[in-house]
Amino acid sequence: MAINRKLELVCPAGSMTALKAAVDNGADAVYMGFRDGTNARNFPGLNFDINEARQGIAYARNRDARVFLAINTYPRPHQWEKWRDAVDQAASLGVDALILADPGLMDYCVQRHPNLRLHLSVQGSATNHEAIDFYVRHFGVQRVVLPRVLSLAQVQNVMKRVNTEVEVFGYGSLCVMVEGRCTLSSYVTGDSPNSSGVCSPAKAVKWEESAAGRRSRLNGVLIDVYAPEEPAGYPTLCKGRFEVGGKVYYAMEEPTSLNVLDILPDLFRAGVAAIKVEGRQRSPTYVAQVTRTLREAIDACAAGPEKFSPKSAWIEQLDKVAEGRCHTLGAYTRPWQ
Amino acid sequence: MKISLGPIPYFWERDRVFDFYARAIEAPVDIVYLGETVCSKRRALRLPDWLDMAERLTAAGKEVVLSTLTLIEAESEAAYMRTIAENGRFAVEANDMAAVNMLEGVTPFVVGPHINVYNSRALALMARAGAKRWVMPMELDRDTLAALQAQRPAGMETEVFVFGRMPLSFSARCFTARAHNLSKDECGFRCADYPDGMPLRTREGQSFLSLNGIQVQSGETYNLVNEIGELRALGVDVLRLSPQVQGMFDIVDAFRRVSDGRQDSSAAAAMLEPYQAFGTCDGYWYGAPGMYREHA
Repeated sequence: MAINRKLELVCPAGSMTALKAAVDNGADAVYMGFRDGTNARNFPGLNFDINEARQGIAYARNRDARVFLAINTYPRPHQWEKWRDAVDQAASLGVDALILADPGLMDYCVQRHPNLRLHLSVQGSATNHEAIDFYVRHFGVQRVVLPRVLSLAQVQNVMKRVNTEVEVFGYGSLCVMVEGRCTLSSYVTGDSPNSSGVCSPAKAVKWEESAAGRRSRLNGVLIDVYAPEEPAGYPTLCKGRFEVGGKVYYAMEEPTSLNVLDILPDLFRAGVAAIKVEGRQRSPTYVAQVTRTLREAIDACAAGPEKFSPKSAWIEQLDKVAEGRCHTLGAYTRPWQ
Repeated sequence: MKISLGPIPYFWERDRVFDFYARAIEAPVDIVYLGETVCSKRRALRLPDWLDMAERLTAAGKEVVLSTLTLIEAESEAAYMRTIAENGRFAVEANDMAAVNMLEGVTPFVVGPHINVYNSRALALMARAGAKRWVMPMELDRDTLAALQAQRPAGMETEVFVFGRMPLSFSARCFTARAHNLSKDECGFRCADYPDGMPLRTREGQSFLSLNGIQVQSGETYNLVNEIGELRALGVDVLRLSPQVQGMFDIVDAFRRVSDGRQDSSAAAAMLEPYQAFGTCDGYWYGAPGMYREHA
């Protein structure tokens, strides 16, 4: 039997073309950021200035899609005014929701813009109902994006105890660490997701070619060595091969993508409000492909969750654009942990 | 300045923990943080053991703070957190907003290094919730600290992590179990075999990180002994030393001597060298990559 409730598909808009690709292929909402360090995908050539943001919002609105704007890095005192101004700009643009991580910025936002809908970013690191309650009580957050660390049973348990909407990651590059609680990238490069909106930034990456193969370095630290012919991946530092106890292996995680198609009905029945797709740094082709596939899957799931099983064509399409060309359920299943 | 012993980050066997705090009673530390902050499966000591230890340290004139888990996922973990929050006797260090939520308005608390306080407005919010002390997050630098100190809420104490392998990240996955091809649910407590963590090296032999269960630490030891004068000038109240097996109480003595002006920092730095198995770093303090060593 169909359930009369929507499972929203939230897709990445790293550029105007990607925004259009998401909206045209069936996203219920897109999320974007300004072109600076105020958001967690502060990559060269990505994101929106204020005018582009205005155009993007108009494009989405005309097609019944909502627009969320992420200001989800943690400003230090010397950056405060710039981040505060970004919040004011987002409010003036009339975004449908602001995605924030920093409690200081949330405190400012509820005081200055009490009617602006707030979502707690995954960078806010709220992994349990007590932490979520803190943000609901203080700031009235209306949606929480859960970090990619909970098992399905733990997600279901959180759902029973919170009085706010919950959004979970459904597809995209897998963050192995608790978001908002990882400074590995700044340990090596000086820039972290919390501080700079980047992890393992491209400017710190160096490739070296030799007869023995390719080497990838991050600010001089050897992240991986690829044999000739072996496909090489981006050197995200937690996805490199290192030596521990005399063995060389992916000591933290392999290059792989998260994909929740197998547990979509469980998430739907648990009452999850939205499925998020990672990848504002990815191409419009990726966004179009992933949005189209997940739209189809979510609609099939909503029409009959008890009969739902992922089509092999969907999985093939998603694996084609996946990091490492393979996928995992990540922390949703205990064996991964 | 006061000196604190941070919580033991590793899974030490029971006797080692008792021996460690028996020595802490005699050592020139002012504050002792007790409890498990990394993995809820580690239960060599139960809450009554920790409370008993807390009483003994208090009787010896130490301030005791009960520290708490950083990653709270299961309902059982939240329930245990609540028992600690409501202990009614000792202050509590919150390492997750769940803990802040439970402690707010109940008892004064310490904001641990894993709660992201990056600006004055966030610090003021913690003060309103009842925080009496905050520990600066690992990646923040001296200029940020100076700006935060200038706007510090009345009565708020500032603590800085000044010695030890840095806690850099946490995951749902146990990396020590993974190193043994085990899942977290069947880990067999292999982390007990690595009382100073499991070294992770690059494929060209550089000591890089250290695996400690679900936590990843720096390979190098963060050491701000050379910066104690600067920390004092910034009005820092407490210097935190993170427990390790090797030489911990010599390390305490060295920081005490420098902090009291009885030894200069370069002599102390030389003395500390053998206790930093994989080198030393101080980059975060200077606004540089954390693994750098910036002090000349």
